[in-house]
Parts: sequence; structure tokens; C-alpha cells
Amino acid sequence: MRIRHTVILFFLGSLLSYIFAAPCYSNGKLLATAGTSTIEGSGGGGMVPWAMLSGYGTKDETVSSLYSTHINLSDFTMWSYGAAVSYHDRVELSASQQTIQGKENADPISMNTFGTKVRLYGDAVYSQWPQVSIGIQYKNVLDTDAANSLEAKKNSGTDVYFSATKIWLDGLLHRNTLFNITLRNSDANQLGLLGFGGDNHHRRWLWESSAAVLINRHWAVGAEYRMKPSNLSAVKEDDWKGTFIAYFPSKQLSITFSYLQLGDVAGQRDQKGPYLSLQGAF
Amino acid sequence: MKTCRLLSFSLFLTSMMLMSGCLSPQPKDDLFKQLGSLAGIERFVDIFIREIGESKEVRPYFEDTNLDRFREKQIEHICLLSGGPCTYTGDSIVESHKGMGVNEADFNALVDTAIRAMNKAGYSVATRNRLLARIAPLRGEVMEVK
Repeated sequence: MRIRHTVILFFLGSLLSYIFAAPCYSNGKLLATAGTSTIEGSGGGGMVPWAMLSGYGTKDETVSSLYSTHINLSDFTMWSYGAAVSYHDRVELSASQQTIQGKENADPISMNTFGTKVRLYGDAVYSQWPQVSIGIQYKNVLDTDAANSLEAKKNSGTDVYFSATKIWLDGLLHRNTLFNITLRNSDANQLGLLGFGGDNHHRRWLWESSAAVLINRHWAVGAEYRMKPSNLSAVKEDDWKGTFIAYFPSKQLSITFSYLQLGDVAGQRDQKGPYLSLQGAF
Repeated sequence: MKTCRLLSFSLFLTSMMLMSGCLSPQPKDDLFKQLGSLAGIERFVDIFIREIGESKEVRPYFEDTNLDRFREKQIEHICLLSGGPCTYTGDSIVESHKGMGVNEADFNALVDTAIRAMNKAGYSVATRNRLLARIAPLRGEVMEVK
């Protein structure tokens, strides 16, 4: 319960830092090139973290961001909210909470995720090679009944990932074009909502990718893919796929609408549905 | 089945990457024409200078600038960058920005100003991105190295 409060405190803290820092909006980078917040709270696309830190902050700026995401699957509802702070385009700290609930009156399962991302090299737009970052996500599931009954090994776990992202200003059809590859080392079952590890596999490397095209300054379309482990023999887990359209009215706000195909989730087959996410950066 | 889907997705991504290199319908250097040749570039630079005057962030850097000279050199430079028949007679990019202390946010503000000006000049998204992609490599020379 205490950790639940930590997330809310972090959220409020970021909100306060926004209120006091409001006059110094980050000028940051080109519109839409900072991406948005992933479901796990790190900066990136919808489900894949990118090498860019959340917000448009430069080497002289600190940026906070808040997000809220809602997913309506065939048999489940999922939601997530959180906050992130990016310091001088070098370090990103994030705290977020993820929840899944069956539509037939089941108890919700929540987990917390605390993330750090460090930019190791480059600028996705301006450097010759892709921007590269390393990230860590510590996750712990708060409602452990499902994880225990499915015989997951642990109730908390740590993901480590490397992301490489490049944006070409004059890319596909002369549009700004983004390509990202992420390699993640993880033992999380359904992000961690069903615990960590299992009887099939343990920790392993997983491959994730995003591609996006900015139709113009304010609109982006793209697709994402995220390989998932299938650690639990009791419930199969499929790779995640999604196609999205994102709207960036300003550097302070982004709205992402996506259609997800998540395959088998927690014993329910062929889960798909819309995803809506709002992010504010200050 | 899983491998198959993974493979087809990678193929889709790879083909997208390849297409970005070879789908350009125009030959590489008709950007000069797309900008409206010399008359179009002159018009754009006039709009650009007006936008600089209206930008709180960028304007201070131009307080001591001889705008007539800036306009002339800017036209030459964009003409040259876009593959037009011009020679650039101004100072080197490093020389002309020396001591100005341009940081990353300032450079980005200047790029945003240029994008607004390109919008007002009526350039298409494709033309804007093509010109931006040729200006972007100058970033290292414009910014103050710390």
C-alpha cells in the first residue's frame, strides 16, 4: 500500500514542479520528435521505450511529463498513469502504475514501475548514428494472487533495455521518419502483472521495434512490435503488436490513438482493442 | 508461426527503410526549383527575417546584425544548399556564429522560426523537410561548443 502512495506522491510532485516552473516551458527539439510515454512510464512510443528521454528538454533544460493511458481489450480493461522527469537530456526518472481488470467483475491487478533511462550517445535527429540509451525498470506487483496461483517465481523484477533510435528529417516520401530498436532483458509476465519468471523460461533477451512517419508537423502514424516471453505454461503469452496515429498540437501535449493486438492474455484468447493515451510535458 | 510473423514484420520494416532511399520521385537536386528558384528563395528569406523579428528567443541574436548583408548571404547560402547556381561569398558558418553562445534550445528556436517561415512561404511538407535535412548538418558549426 505504501508504494501505491509513492507513485501518487511522485505524480503530485511533478504536477507541483510544473506549476512552479510553468513560465519556463521547454523549447526543446522539433515538434513530435520526442515521442510520448509508454505504458510502463518511460519515454517512447506506446509500448516500446525509445532512446529519447520524455519531453523536449535540451542539455540545458529539465522537463517533467505526466501521462494517462487507457486500453479497452476484448475481455480486459487496462490502464496506466505516471510521471517522468528528464534532466538535461541525460537522465530520465519515471514512476508509474499499471492495472488490468477482467470485464467480468474480477479483482483488478496493479503493479508499480520505477524507471531510469540514461542517454549514452547521440541525438536522434542530428547525429549521424542513432541515439542510444540504456534503461532499467524495477517493477513490483501489488495484487499477487494471480501471480502466485499461476506459479510465477517472483512478485517483483527488473528489466534492463538498450534502445537505438534514429529520425531522418528527409525520410520516407520526404517525411520525417523514425525507426527504433530495443533489446530488453526481462522475466516479466504480461509486463509483470502476472509476476516474474515461471516454469517454462526465466530471464531472456527480447526484441522490440517501432517505425513511424510524421505526415506533417502535427500528425504521426506508425507501428510497433514487442516480443513477449511465455514463461508460464498455464497461460500462454503472445507478442504484442499495435498501429498508431498520434497528434501533437504543441510541445506540451500529445494524444495517441492506437489499435492493439495482444494475442492471448491471462488465459483469454485473441485480445485486441483501442488504446488512448494523453501526455503533457512541461 | 511466431517466427513467421516476426519475419514478416522485419521485412515490412526493412522495406520501409529501403523505400525511404529510393522512392523519391524527383531527381536529387530539383530542390532549388521546388523553392521557387532565386525569386522564391528571396521571398522566403524576406519572410524568414520578418519571423526572426517576431521571435522573442531568436531576435536578440540579430540586434547587431546588418540585415541587408544577412539577407544577401542567406539567399546565396540557401541557393547553394538547394543545388542552385550560386556561390556563397559570406564568412564561414563557424566564423559568423563565433561568440554568440548559441545553445541547443536557441538553435531549435531558430529551426522552428525557419519552419514557420517555410509554412508562410507556402512550401509543401516534402520541400520543407528536404531543406531542413540540408540545414541540419550545420548545427554543429552554429552551436557554441562547451
